[in-house]
Amino acid sequence: MGVGSFFTSKLDEAIGWARKYSIFQYPFVTACCGMEYMATACSHYDVDRFGAGLPRFSPRQADVLFVVGTISHKMAPVLKRIYDQMTEPKWVVAFGVCTCTGGFYDNYATVQGIDTIIPVDVYIPGCPPRPESVLDGLMKLQDKIATQTQRF
Amino acid sequence: MPGGPILQRLTDQFGAGLVETHEYRGDTTAVVERRVVTDVLRACREEPALGFDVLMDLTAVDYSKYPGREDGPRFEVVYHLYSIAHNHRLRVKVRVDEDDAVVPTAVPLWPIANWFEREVWDMFGIRFADHPDLRRLLMYEQFVGHPLRKDYPINRRQPLIGPKA
Amino acid sequence: MSTRETREFMLGEGSGTGSGGQTLQLGVGPAHPAMHGIIRIAAEIDGEYIRKADVEIGYLHRAFEKDCEVGGYNNAIPYTDRLNYVSPLINNFAYASAIEKLLGIEVTERCKYIRTIMSEISRVCDHLTCVGASAMELGAFTVFLYMIKAREFLWELVEDVTGARLTISYGRVGGVKADLPDGFAAKVATAFKETREVLDEVHRLLTGNRIFMDRMVGVGALSREETLAYAITGPLLRAVGVPYDVRRAQPHWAYDRVEFEIPTQKDGDNYARYLVRMAEMEQSMRIAAQALAMIPGGPINVDFEGRPLDPAAYVDQGKQGKTEGLLLHTIRLSPNLQGQNRPAWEQVNTRDKRVILPPKETAYGSIEGLMNHFMLIMEGYGIRPPQGEAYFAAEGANGELGFYVVSDGTDRPYRVRCRPPCLPPVAALPRMIQDEMIADLIPTFGSVNMIGGELDR
Repeated sequence: MGVGSFFTSKLDEAIGWARKYSIFQYPFVTACCGMEYMATACSHYDVDRFGAGLPRFSPRQADVLFVVGTISHKMAPVLKRIYDQMTEPKWVVAFGVCTCTGGFYDNYATVQGIDTIIPVDVYIPGCPPRPESVLDGLMKLQDKIATQTQRF
Repeated sequence: MPGGPILQRLTDQFGAGLVETHEYRGDTTAVVERRVVTDVLRACREEPALGFDVLMDLTAVDYSKYPGREDGPRFEVVYHLYSIAHNHRLRVKVRVDEDDAVVPTAVPLWPIANWFEREVWDMFGIRFADHPDLRRLLMYEQFVGHPLRKDYPINRRQPLIGPKA
Repeated sequence: MSTRETREFMLGEGSGTGSGGQTLQLGVGPAHPAMHGIIRIAAEIDGEYIRKADVEIGYLHRAFEKDCEVGGYNNAIPYTDRLNYVSPLINNFAYASAIEKLLGIEVTERCKYIRTIMSEISRVCDHLTCVGASAMELGAFTVFLYMIKAREFLWELVEDVTGARLTISYGRVGGVKADLPDGFAAKVATAFKETREVLDEVHRLLTGNRIFMDRMVGVGALSREETLAYAITGPLLRAVGVPYDVRRAQPHWAYDRVEFEIPTQKDGDNYARYLVRMAEMEQSMRIAAQALAMIPGGPINVDFEGRPLDPAAYVDQGKQGKTEGLLLHTIRLSPNLQGQNRPAWEQVNTRDKRVILPPKETAYGSIEGLMNHFMLIMEGYGIRPPQGEAYFAAEGANGELGFYVVSDGTDRPYRVRCRPPCLPPVAALPRMIQDEMIADLIPTFGSVNMIGGELDR
C-alpha cells in the first residue's frame, strides 16, 4: 500500500517501529478509570514492557493523550486546550466508556463522548476497562502507529 | 441527649419560631421559621448542653413534585448538625418559597457553610443573605439554570464547546 | 504596605517590575500531575509563598444526585460505586443502609459481617492508594509501586466476592448481591499477609526518612478548632487528636462486635495524617480478620436432599409447568455466580419481600416467586419506602460519608444527597496552604485525599 518507492516505504516502517515502541503518554486522568490506569501502569500489568511506561505530565512533551475518565462540560475546554498544545504526531486514546460515549451519565453535565471535541484513534470501552483491555487497546494503537503513513 | 430533650430545649427557647418537630426512624428534626434560623443555629452551637459544634451538611430539597406539597413552600433548606462531645445529631429545616428564596447565611457560625451554601445556590438557586462570595461551585459560570430543581430536565445540555445535541 | 497589584502571567515568567508588593497568579490545575483528581487552585504567590488561594472544583460533576432520581432505588447503586471510586464498597453499603433505615428494616447478621469485612478491605485499598500516590508525588516512586502491588492482592479478593475489581455494585437494599465464596478466609489471610509485608517495607522506607519528614512535618497543619469548624472528619480529624470515628460513635453493621483502636496524632500536619492512615490500615485488617472469624452461618449448608440441576434445565422445567418439587432442588450455578443460590441467598438477604428480589429457584419454581420478582422490577412498583426522610452516616475512608434520602412513597427516590467527606478538607485547603511554599502544596493536597467522584458528585 505504500505510495512511493521501496526506500520511503522502508523508512516509513522503521519510523513506525520506533514510534510505536516509544510512546510518551499524557494521562489526562479524571475519574475512576484512573485507578485502572494506575493498575495498568504498575508492576502487575506493567505497561512499561510495551515501551509506554513513561508518562510525561506536560502535553508539549507527550505524543499520546490518554483521556482517562469522564469529561464534564466544565472540563471540555481544558481537554481541547491540552490537545491543541500537543505537537504532531499525536494520537488520542479514549479510555473508558465515559470518554467513548458518555457512559451511563446521560445528563446535563457530561460530554457524550470526547470524539465530539477531539479526534480519537483508539476506543477502549469498559467501566472501568480491565488492564488486559487497556493493553489490548495499546497494542491496537501500536499497530495503527506502525502502519500509518508517517509524516516527519 | 436523646432527641426529645433537644427538641424540648429548642421549643422552650424559640416556641413560636418552631413550626414542627418530629422524630422519625431515630432522626430528630426541627422545622423552624426563617426569621429565627440564625438564632436557632447559634443556640445549637453555643449552648453547652446542645453543643452542636459540627455542621455536617447543608443542603436543600425541592418539594414542587412531592405528592401533597406541590402548593406549599417550594424549597426546604436542611442543616444536619452533630455534636462531638455529646454524640447527638439534629436536623434543622427551613421552608422558603420560590419567589422569596433567601435564607440568612450560616458562614459566621461555621466557615464550611461557605461551600455548602455555594452548592445550594448552584443547584437550587436559593440565595444566602450576606454570604461573602456567592458563586457557583460545581457548574461552570456560563451555565444557565439550577440543575437540581425538579423542572430542569436531566438531559438538557449546554455545552461550552462541542455540538449542542 | 504598598498596594498590591496582581497581574496574570503565563506559567513560569517573572512577576512585576521589581517595585515590590506584587503577587503572581499561578494556576495549578485542573489537569495537573498530582494525579488525585481534577481541581483548580488559583494561587497568588509572592516569591515562593502562597498568600491566597482559591480552590475551584466541579470538574468532575456527573450529576449523581439528579441521576438517582431517575430510576428505582437499586438503580442508584452503580452511581454510588463511582462516588468514592477507591473504596466503592463503603458507598454502596452506606446508601443501602440509608434506604434500609428509611424502610425501617434490619439486614441479617451474616450480611452485617460481610458488609463490615468488605468495607474494611475497601478502606485499606483507599489508604494504600492515597499514601502511595502522595509518596509518588514526593519522589518515592517505589513506594507507589509497592502499594499498588498490595492493592492488587486486595482487588483480587474483591473480584472473588463481587465479580469486578473496582466498580462492583455489590450492595443491595436489604442485603448484598451474593454470599462470600468458598475458601475466602484463606485468601484473605494470604492477601493481608502480603499487605502487612508491604506496609512494613513502606514504614522502613518512609516513616523515619529524612527527606520525607522534612517535606511533611509541620506542613499543611490545621488547628483543632479550625478542623472542627470546617466539619472535617476522618483521618484529618484524628490527626489533630479528636478520636471521632463513626464506627465507634454510631456503630452500624458489625462494628460494635469487633475490637479495634482509633489511632490519633496531635499535630495535624501532613506527617500526622500519614501516620494515622498507616495505623488505620493495620486496624482495618484487624477488624476484617476478627469479623471473618466471627461470621455466623459458617459453610453453606444444604439441609434437604435434592439432585443438583443446572440452571437452564431448571428454567425449562419451570416454563413447561413441571414445577412440582422444583423448590426443593438446588441449582448448580457456574463458579462465577457462586454465592447466589438459595441457601446462600437466605443468609445474606433480609426476608422482606417488598425489598429483595427472590432467588432464582423461587422465581422460576413457583408463581408466588414470579409475582414477587415482577412486583419489584416493573416500573411503578418496586421498593416503595413510606414518605419521609432519613440520614445515615458511615465511616468512609475520608471521614463521615452521609446519605440523606427523601422518599415520596413511589418507587423512585425523591432526593438523594451524598454528604461528601472530602469536601470539607478541600474547602479548608486555602487555609492549609496559606503562607506555605508552592512545593508544600503537593504533599498537602495529597494528604487531603481528594477523590473527584465524591467531591463533585
